[in-house]
Amino acid sequence: MLKKEEKLVFELSVPGRSTNLLPKCDVDEAEITDMIPDDFLREDETCLPELSEVDVVRHFTHLSQKNYGVDSGFYPLGSCTMKYNPKINEEVSKLDGFLKVHPYQLEETVQGCLELLYKTDKFLSEITGMDGFSLQPAAGAHGEMAGLMIIKAFHEKNGDNKRTKIIVPDSAHGTNPASAATVGFDVVEVKSDERGGIDIDALKELMSEEIAGLMLTNPNTLGLFDENIDLIAKIVHDAGGLLYYDGANANAIMGISRPGDMGFDVVHLNLHKTFSTPHGGGGPGSGPVGVKKQLVPFLPKPVVEYDNGKYYFDYDRPLSIGRVKSFYGNFSVIVKAYAYIRTLGADGLRKVSEAAVLNANYIKEKLKEYFHLPYDRTCMHEVVFSGQWQKEYGVSTLDIAKRLLDFGYHPPTIYFPLIVKEAFMVEPTETESKETLDEFINVMIKIAGEAENEPEMLLNAPQNTPVLRLDEARAARKPVLKYERGL
Amino acid sequence: MKVLEELKYSKEHEWVKIDGNKAYIGITDHAQHSLGDIVFVEIPEVGTELNKGDVLGVVESVKAASDVYTPVSGKIIEVNEDLTDSPENINEDPYGSWIAVIEISDMSETEELMDANDYERFCQEEE
Repeated sequence: MLKKEEKLVFELSVPGRSTNLLPKCDVDEAEITDMIPDDFLREDETCLPELSEVDVVRHFTHLSQKNYGVDSGFYPLGSCTMKYNPKINEEVSKLDGFLKVHPYQLEETVQGCLELLYKTDKFLSEITGMDGFSLQPAAGAHGEMAGLMIIKAFHEKNGDNKRTKIIVPDSAHGTNPASAATVGFDVVEVKSDERGGIDIDALKELMSEEIAGLMLTNPNTLGLFDENIDLIAKIVHDAGGLLYYDGANANAIMGISRPGDMGFDVVHLNLHKTFSTPHGGGGPGSGPVGVKKQLVPFLPKPVVEYDNGKYYFDYDRPLSIGRVKSFYGNFSVIVKAYAYIRTLGADGLRKVSEAAVLNANYIKEKLKEYFHLPYDRTCMHEVVFSGQWQKEYGVSTLDIAKRLLDFGYHPPTIYFPLIVKEAFMVEPTETESKETLDEFINVMIKIAGEAENEPEMLLNAPQNTPVLRLDEARAARKPVLKYERGL
Repeated sequence: MKVLEELKYSKEHEWVKIDGNKAYIGITDHAQHSLGDIVFVEIPEVGTELNKGDVLGVVESVKAASDVYTPVSGKIIEVNEDLTDSPENINEDPYGSWIAVIEISDMSETEELMDANDYERFCQEEE
């Protein structure tokens, strides 16, 4: 079924075929031309597909079977934390008290929902070492934007208007410079040293009274923990800047180290990564932003407060950057993350991170003989290899990724981070068993052998998919985005 | 990797063709090769004043988006509009596909650029 190419619903259409079994019309029929002015009448045919019910059901079932997600198999897409989404989260989020509420209901009728928001704020604060969270941002980059707006508002409040620049490492996620630019900062890049961390001398040189802050992912996109974080925090703080923690890789540190203790002033978390809420297909996501005490007044409003046995929305926050999302964020996603935290507890969350790090290091050790490992040191929750050895045989990392499709895997992230040539980044997550990891490792070893002995197996991959190698350049240059009859 | 004798080169893999006080700027064969198929080019606006090292444009391939930096300071006097519709020109003919022409404000900056031999050696060292 996977292999068969599915026709478009328009191509399955047969004129006159329909699923409608309507009762006889019991009012007088009138011509549409008598009721609607000519100007508004359609001149062409509607071009809607005509199919029987079973054809429609099969068509969409086939499409759903071609989808690949964490429920269908191993999904080692580095930097994305494609962990399993426990079904109990879904059950909990569908409880009537969460599902059938309206955002305009009176506070006293939704005390349970407010309590959940309040407690999630406290849990996330405890996990990250921060003093308060806003659960409004709807995605990681949205959290970045809110966090940077807070940094900007803080400096402006202090009359510190010269701080117009944000420092971002050369290994950063592309969203970091993009978010900084969106908020109106100029972006300055700091390079990495040979161990994959921030180059301390380069950072010192960049610091000035124009620097509003530094954005850092720790562990970074190489899957490496920056051991100099204390020093980095000191350098930035001494120069009057703030530290922003990109929580994309927080799955490596839960219960072990906290951004707040490392010296970060602002963090965002991705509930759809670290806290097991659905990720692909639009999620929807959730990117809460948390801050240290001095920045709490700037958080988006409203925040949920508790006083005298009652939870309530606090709108009286004059320094707030304002709302960043309609209502209170993606509420049902927050419910799922809350369920995850409560299911695992503090010890469980620590074990999540330990297993995520162990799994990545297991893959690293098993594969480093077969694929170049540019930074050969203990990694965190993900490991970055390079396909450079395979280049000798005329195959690239893209070909390795395409060949993985033939074995039924979602390929890892490729060509990122940009500072590693022919990079591929593997993030197994904690929810995969040793058996699953071993199967993947064996396939990767097989592919390394093919690259050397029968490179055409990679160059012609994939062969087991509904469509073969796609012309990605042409798809990007001249995309065909809609069906046209006779095309 | 192709290198042309008559051009100058930057460490960021731009090439410069100097014609009087005008500089034609594009990206090298090495650069287009490591980027892969280019699918989009963002060209600058005529009249923009740039300092050496400022972002001149962006080239986006199926792998990544990269900034193109100007190796010389000056004012943009002409841009290659063809690249908007045909970004693949850079892959097919990197040295024929200049991105912009700059009126050089400080000729001494051109002396810091590499010649063909130096650039070739620079690329080998970077590998």
